[in-house]
Amino acid sequence: MFLGTFVALALGTYMYQRIATGLTARATSIGEQQALNERDYAQSLFNNAPRTDINSLRAIGLQIAAPVTGTGRESDGGQHDRIVIMRSVDNTFPPLGIISTESGDERLIPASLRAAVQKDPTHAQLQIGTAPVNGKMIPAVIVGARIVIPNAGNYDFYLVSPMTAETQMLGIVRTSFLLGGLALTLLLAGIAYLVTRMVVSPVRDAAHVSERLTAGALNERMQVSGEDDLARLATSFNAMADSLQRQIRQLEDLSKLQQRFTSDVSHELRTPLTTIRMASDMIHASRSDFTAPVARSAELLSRELDRFETLLTDLLEISRFDAGAATASHEPGDLRDIVERVVDGCESLAAAQGVRLRVHARRPAVAPMDARRIERIVRNLVTNAIEHAEHKPVDITVAANPTAVAVAVRDYGVGLREGDAEQVFNRFWRADPARARTIGGTGLGLSISLEDARLHDGWLQAWGEPGNGACFRLTLPVRAGQPIVRSPVTLAPDDSSIGIAMPRGNSLTMGTPAAGGPVGHSDPGGERWRSAR
Amino acid sequence: MTTGRVLVVDDDPSLAEMLSIILEGEGLEVTVCAAGDLALRAFRESKPDVVLLDVMLPGIDGVEVCRQIRAESTVPIVMLTARTDTVDVVLGLESGADDYVTKPFKPQELVARVRARLRRGDDNAEAETLQLGDLTIDVPGHVVTREGSTILLTPLEFDLLVALARKPWQVFSRETLLEQVWGYRHAGDTRLVNVHVQRLRSKVENDPENPQIVLTVRGVGYKAGKA
Ligand SMILES: Nc1ncnc2c1ncn2[C@@H]1O[C@H](COP(=O)(O)OP(=O)(O)OP(=O)(O)O)[C@@H](O)[C@H]1O
Ligand SMILES: [Mg+2]
Repeated sequence: MFLGTFVALALGTYMYQRIATGLTARATSIGEQQALNERDYAQSLFNNAPRTDINSLRAIGLQIAAPVTGTGRESDGGQHDRIVIMRSVDNTFPPLGIISTESGDERLIPASLRAAVQKDPTHAQLQIGTAPVNGKMIPAVIVGARIVIPNAGNYDFYLVSPMTAETQMLGIVRTSFLLGGLALTLLLAGIAYLVTRMVVSPVRDAAHVSERLTAGALNERMQVSGEDDLARLATSFNAMADSLQRQIRQLEDLSKLQQRFTSDVSHELRTPLTTIRMASDMIHASRSDFTAPVARSAELLSRELDRFETLLTDLLEISRFDAGAATASHEPGDLRDIVERVVDGCESLAAAQGVRLRVHARRPAVAPMDARRIERIVRNLVTNAIEHAEHKPVDITVAANPTAVAVAVRDYGVGLREGDAEQVFNRFWRADPARARTIGGTGLGLSISLEDARLHDGWLQAWGEPGNGACFRLTLPVRAGQPIVRSPVTLAPDDSSIGIAMPRGNSLTMGTPAAGGPVGHSDPGGERWRSAR
Repeated sequence: MTTGRVLVVDDDPSLAEMLSIILEGEGLEVTVCAAGDLALRAFRESKPDVVLLDVMLPGIDGVEVCRQIRAESTVPIVMLTARTDTVDVVLGLESGADDYVTKPFKPQELVARVRARLRRGDDNAEAETLQLGDLTIDVPGHVVTREGSTILLTPLEFDLLVALARKPWQVFSRETLLEQVWGYRHAGDTRLVNVHVQRLRSKVENDPENPQIVLTVRGVGYKAGKA
């Protein structure tokens, strides 16, 4: 567009210049020729002068200088040629006075031209000067030559022909060039606009359609019109969208299938389990009527059923996470309330283990949360701590800062061996499977907790040292969608990076961390890793 | 011990039989129905005091059966569900169930739920009339009237309304209501309260969009409107 204008301008200027030079050349050659004719005519008039007194000569001169007509050149107004006859510089005869067509015309003759005529009198000397026409100075061809007037010596003969026609023509040319250039520029602009429209709008369409696709409107397609490259672009774009849609549908179907399966298994397993459970409870309730071995069997049956049930529930929960079917409600809740409920619920277990639970929660810690899931996380952390506290107290700290609320559960028991902090979140992982368990653990608790934290865009982190105990910290964002900057409670006692680990991909079925994005980032500061969705 | 009739609608014969054993052990009279499409007839014939209804049934599913029974009776309905999925539970509750238990459940849990639904009526017989908005509540008579015309409420909805109306100055948390109205001793599912408040409002409010009888106190729970 800009370039087009520039080219039009340059071209116009160049052509204008060429035309101007051409016109000037023509005007000069005509002017020169005419000047010579005029001079020869003047010379012959002088030569044939019947009398050579000053007055007669002057009369002849004036006759010569009278407005030239009939030369084929327009001579109306001030446009006619002018003749000036002046005494040469070296002439010593008595002066005839300056003879000119119009008084004052001698001022039009440049001194340089006079000098040139003086220097080379045999040839006609030519220069471009200016002459007034209708009050305006316009370019004029000025030709000077030498004539010899008998009894008066050498005189300079000048012919001033204003380039009126040429100037007029140049004016017309310039106007038309300007108008043409303007029209050309506008045309260029129009064409550029049209072309951009033709090319850009399909591209814009494509961008719009891909945005819609990204937003989930999988049925969105581009319009294909014509046979050009753009149509091909649209066709291949649509093909891509088709294949994307197909794959997404397939994945969706798979996920739906898995969800369906999960829920079917859930129902099919639960119904018989309910019957067994009730039957076992009945037997268990009347075990005193049986012999000792049968009574003991009833007890075992009942206890293992409990375990079976929790395992089933946990597994179903995990498969729901894997199917992406888990959803969390987000209602404002206070971590203190949840901690209070959990501590109340764990009081008897703690008492049985000789563990004192110390809660440090001074200020409210409100964040959007699914209270059921958060309570499940905290309960697991607290029961884990009680289990591993070795009769020492457990500290539960709740705090809040502008971006996050957090609860940390710290025990001073067995702790975690190096590398264990990374493993604890793995499914079915237990530090020591042979360790006497007081609460039948399956090793699924922390992996479920991690998934629950992930649903909240929160962090779940572990720290531990053998013999010094362990600390598990849950951090939740205060506003959904706003990332946590730092957790309000410390994880490690010295808050150094030693012994701190982050769980990496620990998905049982989907396996790769890539499936859910990066799970954690390590950084040497206080915030070790964050579980991303 | 309260006697009462229970209708068990469940397609699993073992579970149905086990349920009968347990409930009969509690002194209740049990009728079993094994299919959804037979449930309504069984209901009309046995005239139970409580219905135990499995969600997954051959023929018509439990949610639909619940709707059918609700259309002609205010009998307490307890759903047996295998899924804790929000959709399932909420669907069941919205179709008119009063309460639900998730399989697998402990016998005591089930008995407690059934008992809670049967418990009513035998408590106080002395005349008590409450006024709430333009509603008149006759507590022993279990009747709610507005300008002389009776509003038909299920026993649970009635209990919910009475609980709120008795202490109009108090804001009830969902947990408190679960304990008082549903008889949960431990934490229950607070969605029960939400769903039933909605159902109650649709019956007693002049404009359920702009409730005047049962008011929501954001972040806390519910309270009765002005008397
Ligand atoms: N506070 C702690 N101190 C030391 N080790 C711990 C602590 N918390 C968890 N662990 C280790 O992490 C393992 C996994 O814990 P997780 O909660 O996932 O499972 P669990 O408690 O064994 O079983 P579940 O919670 O499913 O009943 C535990 O078995 C234990 O070895
Ligand atoms: Mg655990």
